Amino acid sequence: MTTVTSTARTSATAAPTVAELLSRLGFRPSGPSPAWLTQARHASLGWATARGFPTLKDEDWKYTRLGPLLDVPFERAGDGDGAGRRVSPAMIDALTIDAASTRLVFVNGLFAAELSLLTDLPEGVTVTNLASVLAEGGAGLEPFFSRPFGEYDHAFTAINTVLAEDGAFIQVAADALITAPIELVFLSDAHGPPVMANPRSLILAGPRSRVAVVETYAGTSGGVTCTNAVTQVVLDEGARVEHYKIQDEPDAAFHLALLDVRQGPGSRFSSGSVALGSKIARNEVRVRLEGEGAEAGIDGLYLPRGDQHHDNPILIEHAAPRCTSRQLYKGIVDERGHGVFNGRIIVWPDAPGTDASQTNKNLLLSDHAEVDTRPRLEILTDDVKCAHGAAVGALDEEALFYLRSRGVPYEAARALLTYAFARELLDLIESESLRTHVETLVAGRLSTDSDGTGAHSGD
Amino acid sequence: MTDVSNDVREFASQEYQYGFSTDLDTDAVPKGLSEDVIRLISAKKHEPDWLLEWRLRAYRHWITLEEPHWQNVHYGPIDYQDIIYYAAPKPKPQLASLDEVDPELRTMFDKLGISLAEQERLSGVAVDAIVDSVSVATTFKRKLADVGVIFCSFSEAVQNHPELVRPYLGSVVPYRDNYFATLNSAVFTDGSFCFIPKGVHCPMELSTYFRINAADTGQFERTLIVAEEGAEVSYLEGCTAPMRDKNQLHAAVVELVALEGARIKYSTVQNWYPGDADGRGGIYNFVTKRGKCAGANSKISWTQVETGSAITWKYPGVILQGDNSVGEFYSVALTANHQQADTGTKMIHIGKNTHSTIVSKAISAGHGQNTYRGLVKTLRSAEGARNHTRCDSLLLGSDSGAHTFPYIEVKHPSAQVEHEASTSKISEDQLFYCRQRGISEEDAVSMIVNGFCREVFKELPMEFAVEAQRLLSVSLEGSVG
Repeated sequence: MTTVTSTARTSATAAPTVAELLSRLGFRPSGPSPAWLTQARHASLGWATARGFPTLKDEDWKYTRLGPLLDVPFERAGDGDGAGRRVSPAMIDALTIDAASTRLVFVNGLFAAELSLLTDLPEGVTVTNLASVLAEGGAGLEPFFSRPFGEYDHAFTAINTVLAEDGAFIQVAADALITAPIELVFLSDAHGPPVMANPRSLILAGPRSRVAVVETYAGTSGGVTCTNAVTQVVLDEGARVEHYKIQDEPDAAFHLALLDVRQGPGSRFSSGSVALGSKIARNEVRVRLEGEGAEAGIDGLYLPRGDQHHDNPILIEHAAPRCTSRQLYKGIVDERGHGVFNGRIIVWPDAPGTDASQTNKNLLLSDHAEVDTRPRLEILTDDVKCAHGAAVGALDEEALFYLRSRGVPYEAARALLTYAFARELLDLIESESLRTHVETLVAGRLSTDSDGTGAHSGD
Repeated sequence: MTDVSNDVREFASQEYQYGFSTDLDTDAVPKGLSEDVIRLISAKKHEPDWLLEWRLRAYRHWITLEEPHWQNVHYGPIDYQDIIYYAAPKPKPQLASLDEVDPELRTMFDKLGISLAEQERLSGVAVDAIVDSVSVATTFKRKLADVGVIFCSFSEAVQNHPELVRPYLGSVVPYRDNYFATLNSAVFTDGSFCFIPKGVHCPMELSTYFRINAADTGQFERTLIVAEEGAEVSYLEGCTAPMRDKNQLHAAVVELVALEGARIKYSTVQNWYPGDADGRGGIYNFVTKRGKCAGANSKISWTQVETGSAITWKYPGVILQGDNSVGEFYSVALTANHQQADTGTKMIHIGKNTHSTIVSKAISAGHGQNTYRGLVKTLRSAEGARNHTRCDSLLLGSDSGAHTFPYIEVKHPSAQVEHEASTSKISEDQLFYCRQRGISEEDAVSMIVNGFCREVFKELPMEFAVEAQRLLSVSLEGSVG
């Protein structure tokens, strides 16, 4: 795994092309993978090379500058195995919610069996790593890698298809009800040159099954890493999937992720995400409601501070009659943080009876914080009920005054009100242990001020 | 349900009532665009050198630009060399009174219900009637002159008041602003100029009717309104156009400047030829409208009722530069048949405690596609900025579409920005309620739609409110019931 290819870049200022990045990352098109996969990788390579990296002129990338990411000479990540690895079991324990729950751990996108826990799997569920499924031919997985490229695709998802080697594979049989959450931990670990990881995960929920999955992204500090993750979820008729994501990568890390969901008739999907870490994080969610009466609830909390940039592009497509979708995203932006919400609902002509809503609320805590929000509705039929709302503002002066008049110190009052703002989202988490875990993370973030100086708008 | 569909189909097939063309002798330059054509336009209008230079700078910049295609409307390629950039009715001797106006022209206005004579006598509205690109008659000039208001065609203003035109021309919409504004800067032929001096409240509503007459003549109007400290003015603009097979490009520019404490209210009713039921023909209405609240405590308010044009593409905006300045945008946009509209506003908050309000009502029928696109931007300097946006869409017919693309960019923590929007079809319950009380389906729909738009109509000056409601009812005729 030491494929260090040419890192020669003639000019230090010009961003690399897709082909340059891929050659540096060492694309090996003729690996031991199934023939269809090799073909899909080639198709993605060709598409991404022709398409190029997104720019600020692309509507979906309008507020996210990729320069700082593209300027880093990333190399392909090894599995961090051996002397250099700094990931310990204790570190994993601290990141997981329940030490006894089923978990898969990936270091730089590659499966770490010794850190994972796969004993006592409940009946009706397959939990393994993708590489092992692919090694056996990956029967039935071709459609996930060979989807035709659409208007919403971009170079990074294609690069993931080109380079992805491993990730989680979860398959739930019909009528199986998996009560305990399955935890996926993705760690980035760089102690030499900057590395890029491309994990790819699949969650397939059979008819009327139920499962909850928690993805946690974290890393060791010191090096520069880029996680370019893709998770694909498919819900069969009547299936129910809860998906949670905690993104707490180190401040020097880059995080690009796509959660792609396809829903069958009567299925219910919910997604809750919390973004705490990374220098630039883009957490994309695409949900396609393909079966009649499907429901989706997509929620997120983002807390950029320092120089962090958190972008949340959401796309919900109503492609079948009588589906319901709901989005609630909240941002708490401090210091020089930059929060972006880019929600989009498309109601296709064959989706009468659609009920869709979209809400984005933002709290600005500092003079240098910035929020850009774009809730978009595109409606191509008339029998719909769609609404959206967005709000940006500061803490309520009167509420602050009320608390202070009752002896609560300014900083404490401010922290209390900020936490209350986030609380609405935390309450949506169904699993109690997970809720407590996330509450601790969020409360921890809100009570610490990374620079401690009075960069806030005072009273 | 099927009833409604039938109604909608009928509505969508509503004929253009103002589709006729009047035969006027037209004095036009050859087709196409080049520096020579611009020099010719400038020479015909006896323009000073600075203006010719400005036009040429715009033209040289324009040839480096590419036509934008990000908007949510679709149309065939425009051949800019196939347009006549200047057409004026044959020069006539200076008119001493309305009686000297070309009778044919008078008839045309009468058909539109805008008799100049009637207007002067009854409505108290000064009308600067523009046929094609040259101002033909101006009324009430004397009354306005008494209080120091200058209201004249752009060409006259350039001749008589260059010291007022020059500092403000391009100060809100620079010639490099965008593709169509740049084109307009190079080739604009005429328009209106309005100057309200310090402390003057304009004693009457100012009004201009635009009209596209000669076939293949793109209209490139330029309007400039300047309100000095403490001045107030309300300006009305209304449009109808004759039926044409070939698409006609209209790329106008409107600039408003409000100095300290000034108030400008700009209202538009737009009913240009929308094309036939199959989407053939119709006007391309690609307009750049922007106001600048340059001074503290100033206010600019846009109100628009857009029912015509094959394609409407414009974002009347306000730059809120002065502290405590206020920007407003009220809009009703109706698209029927194959009409497309991509309209909205831009509110740029720069000064402290600047406030803006946006109310947009969109109605889509038939194959109509209606897009609200709006930008609310508060800069770091905009302490205490406040915006409230409300945009609602009403859908009539399953082939229609409504799209909402707000952009909200906030850089100051004390700013408060709110956006709400909803989209739905016409309520079955409301329809049922009305029909149960013996109101015909058509009347019921018309009533509900008028109610839907009421918030915007009440912002219109009286004369326009009546015309707007009539327009909407006419447009809805046949669509329902």
